[in-house]
Amino acid sequence: MKVNELPQDPSVLDKFTRDVVYVVDDSGNYTTGFSRGWEVKATALNLAWEDIEKRIAEAKQKVLDGEASPILFFMELRLMDPPILASYTGFWKWQVQRHLNPKVFRKLSDNKIRRYAEVLEVSIDDLKNLKTNAG
Amino acid sequence: MHRQTAHCESGVTTNLLRNVGVDKITEPLAFGIGSGLFFIYIPLLKINNGPAFSYRTMPGMIFKRTCNSLDIPVVRKKFNSVQKAKQYLDECLQSNQPVGCQVGVYYLTYFPKEYRFHFNAHNLVVVGQEDDNYLISDPIMEGVTSLTSYELQRVRFAKGALAPRGQMYYPKIKATVTDDVMRKAIIRGINRNVRDMLRVPVPIAGINGIRYTAKKIIKWRDKLGVRKAGVYLAQLVRMQEEIGTGGGGFRFIYAAFLQQAHAYFPSDELLKVSEQFTKAGDQWRSAAVQAAGIFKGRITSQSDFNDMGDYLFAVAETEYKAFTALSKIKLK
Repeated sequence: MKVNELPQDPSVLDKFTRDVVYVVDDSGNYTTGFSRGWEVKATALNLAWEDIEKRIAEAKQKVLDGEASPILFFMELRLMDPPILASYTGFWKWQVQRHLNPKVFRKLSDNKIRRYAEVLEVSIDDLKNLKTNAG
Repeated sequence: MHRQTAHCESGVTTNLLRNVGVDKITEPLAFGIGSGLFFIYIPLLKINNGPAFSYRTMPGMIFKRTCNSLDIPVVRKKFNSVQKAKQYLDECLQSNQPVGCQVGVYYLTYFPKEYRFHFNAHNLVVVGQEDDNYLISDPIMEGVTSLTSYELQRVRFAKGALAPRGQMYYPKIKATVTDDVMRKAIIRGINRNVRDMLRVPVPIAGINGIRYTAKKIIKWRDKLGVRKAGVYLAQLVRMQEEIGTGGGGFRFIYAAFLQQAHAYFPSDELLKVSEQFTKAGDQWRSAAVQAAGIFKGRITSQSDFNDMGDYLFAVAETEYKAFTALSKIKLK
């Protein structure tokens, strides 16, 4: 890529930083240039976020339909999956899987609920009642 | 000591080494001596609910290999205790020792929210301390930033795949590196990278990994449906072009490395191979444009997926030729 081909598309980086990219100058030598962003990359990132929003919405519906515990919703909201949630809470992965079941969730001790609430950055009440104004 | 670079680990390595007196080191040299170029597709490992790709070598290897090849001993520690990790860091800073840290980006407060996934292989240097604030030289940022002790502890002890466990590292001693040592290190870095890309004995890695991915992509449309295949392709592009790093980007860093290596070995072959890596980088970018056509829903027929596969086959061919040519250059 040549210096003058370096894309300068608006991106989420704008308020934070710019990309450093190695580019070729007119005499064929490598140098570094700054890029605001690249539309192709921005679209890929947008799509990833659309996919996340979709997963969050589906999780919410599952919780409302009684098919999953509220942990599922907040887990998706925090971009986690059961292995990540397990490592942050200190539960085993199979325990997290069980706790995603609404029947099991209802019988969880306050202590266990608190561990989830802390990691998922939500109050205990909001976790129990699926209040989503937290985020 | 802060200077912004294209890629976090080669940047941190460069900044830490310059700090101990290795003036000759640059980001491309660190990347090449550390044999940073790679490709791997791990279908079974899911990251953010998509497939896992990497365009560079394993986290931690660039620092380790570069220091090792330059005969510079390193200090590297992991911690089970948050308190001990902080205490050790504070002691280093009190004796003016900047410290490289592996961190997760999900809780990295100065990052744009859109980039904050549970990704644990980011690197930064802690350069100082003011009360409860730590001064952070993050190679992707233009200037020095800061984190509170709580924020820093949180990213150093991020959980999940590749959890950093407070990992910190720095070169142990001041050092002067001679041209001879540089030459040996460059040769070693090139040979190792040739081996990793041409002769790694698994089908999902190196040049073969690129070809393997090409074959899989052609089948994604039938297997996953257009929408999910699009999400997967977006992941291929995102991993290629993370903030300031990139699949195309890594190829350009490597091309720059070979140009800089030419100052140590006046073999014009190096410059020719450098041009081939520039071509590979350009081809990765063209592949990303084709992928974007698919995940935007503009082109979604099977023949578009076939074309996508062909783009990757073309990259594989270019990189195969480039590494083969590189393996034949006699460097002394």
